[in-house]
Amino acid sequence: MNFTITTNERLTEMVWRMTLRGDTSTLTAPGQFVQVSLPGFFLRRPISVCDWDGEGLTLVYKVVGQGTAAMASLQPGEHLDLLTGLGNGFRVEACGERPLLIGGGVGLPPMLGLCRALLRAGKRPRLLAGFGKAAECFLLADFETLGVPVTVTTLDGSRGLRGVATDAMPLLDFDSLCACGPLPMLRAVWRQTGGRGQYSLEERMGCGFGACMGCSIQTRGGSRRVCKEGPVFDGMELMWE
Amino acid sequence: MTDLRVSLAGLELDNPVIPASGCFGYGKEFAAYYDINLLGSFSFKGTTLEKRFGNPTPRIAETPDGMLNSVGLQNPGVRHVIDVELPEMRAYFRKPVIANVSGFSIDEYVETCRLLDGQEQVGLIEVNISCPNVHGGGMAFGTDPASAAAVTRAVKAVAKKPVYIKLSPNVTDIAAIAKACEAAGADGISLINTLLGMRVDLRTRRPVLANRMGGLSGPAVLPVALRMVYQVWEAVKLPIMGMGGVTTARDVIEMMLCGATAVQVGAANLVNPYACREIIEQLPVEMEKLGIGSLSEIIGGAHA
Repeated sequence: MNFTITTNERLTEMVWRMTLRGDTSTLTAPGQFVQVSLPGFFLRRPISVCDWDGEGLTLVYKVVGQGTAAMASLQPGEHLDLLTGLGNGFRVEACGERPLLIGGGVGLPPMLGLCRALLRAGKRPRLLAGFGKAAECFLLADFETLGVPVTVTTLDGSRGLRGVATDAMPLLDFDSLCACGPLPMLRAVWRQTGGRGQYSLEERMGCGFGACMGCSIQTRGGSRRVCKEGPVFDGMELMWE
Repeated sequence: MTDLRVSLAGLELDNPVIPASGCFGYGKEFAAYYDINLLGSFSFKGTTLEKRFGNPTPRIAETPDGMLNSVGLQNPGVRHVIDVELPEMRAYFRKPVIANVSGFSIDEYVETCRLLDGQEQVGLIEVNISCPNVHGGGMAFGTDPASAAAVTRAVKAVAKKPVYIKLSPNVTDIAAIAKACEAAGADGISLINTLLGMRVDLRTRRPVLANRMGGLSGPAVLPVALRMVYQVWEAVKLPIMGMGGVTTARDVIEMMLCGATAVQVGAANLVNPYACREIIEQLPVEMEKLGIGSLSEIIGGAHA
């Protein structure tokens, strides 16, 4: 699917936001992802969709290697080939009335689309975002614009509460949760809640659409492909004991 | 008019384009993108007697013009394939399919082949003696002519369908292995499987793949595959399914000139789910440009 880049801007030292115009009709749930084809790189890059509408989508991504560095150098007007609508996202209907959205670092972006979907469904979400330090924070203003309560933790205490996201969980009122972030954070949340909630997992992928078995994980129900049955899994399916 | 038809040991194909095992699952993920009945056939996911989860992740790494995988033959086991996958496949694929079989002992190869040989939808059996990602079996059979012959002989004793042996490129003399398979009764040869490789993460200073090593595929391996198909064509009289790095219709023609009767497409499917459809659409265009009327006439054409 051909997309046209409309903006590509730096949010922090390592994190960028790209908006693209193109056919978003295959996107059905927040938390789904796209596979981005980058000139000069054989494999596509799986990037979670931050938010989308009928005209296009937003990707917020971290420069972690040569592929994402190349992505950051692309200019508005250039074209990108995307496979879209990949994977199963967060289930809005499975959330309670007061869901807590937990985003760790570059796991935060899909929480924005999820937050808007929850608000449309008449629910009252709140955000808990964990970062390393104040200079690494991004996207928080977008949540504040939506009018949802935002709690921030940083490892060094330079913004919000000092510590990791799970340290703040006992302070917050919620009846359900959705989490996306680094594996140690997801596991900590999972342990703290006895496995309740929805968790978006990350794994190195080949194809992104279920063919290569490159991203398989073991779950209670048997082996699952992070790209196809996931990336969002119900906590009760995960085996993180 | 261009004629794309080829014949594989009695199995007639509308065209020589066949998605390779491990890059096409059991077909349904691709059937969601296009009508896969336009393929010559496809070789389904390498199937073993018992189900296998495979290796730990990360299983995938990028390379210049290609990729490494260390999936490790994840598959649901032959009984599940027969009870669930093949019946489901009837809804989206109506041509004879290629059953790709792996194993860890000769008995296991024999039993898995016997079970799949009895399935009406299976048109041909491709015996993988070359997977680089499993320990204590798999490739060990493919790196020694006597072992390769032993597997071939045992499988041929139970299979009524044509049997192709899929060879490993990780050997010093691939022609010797192919000859041993021919002498043991193989109906054809498939090559190449992936080349053993690795990558190291500069930050962690550890191999990227959890299994440390994996199989290299993608455009980077095309010249190696062409060379080996060329060598095997000179060594045996059997039909060859050539594969390794094929991405375009021109690559298909090049592989056939080296000696392939049919051409499998692997990693290209993973980065472009429409790859095989695009190749099949483009083949008549390239044939006209090159003055080729019938594809089957160019097989082995690069040999003096």
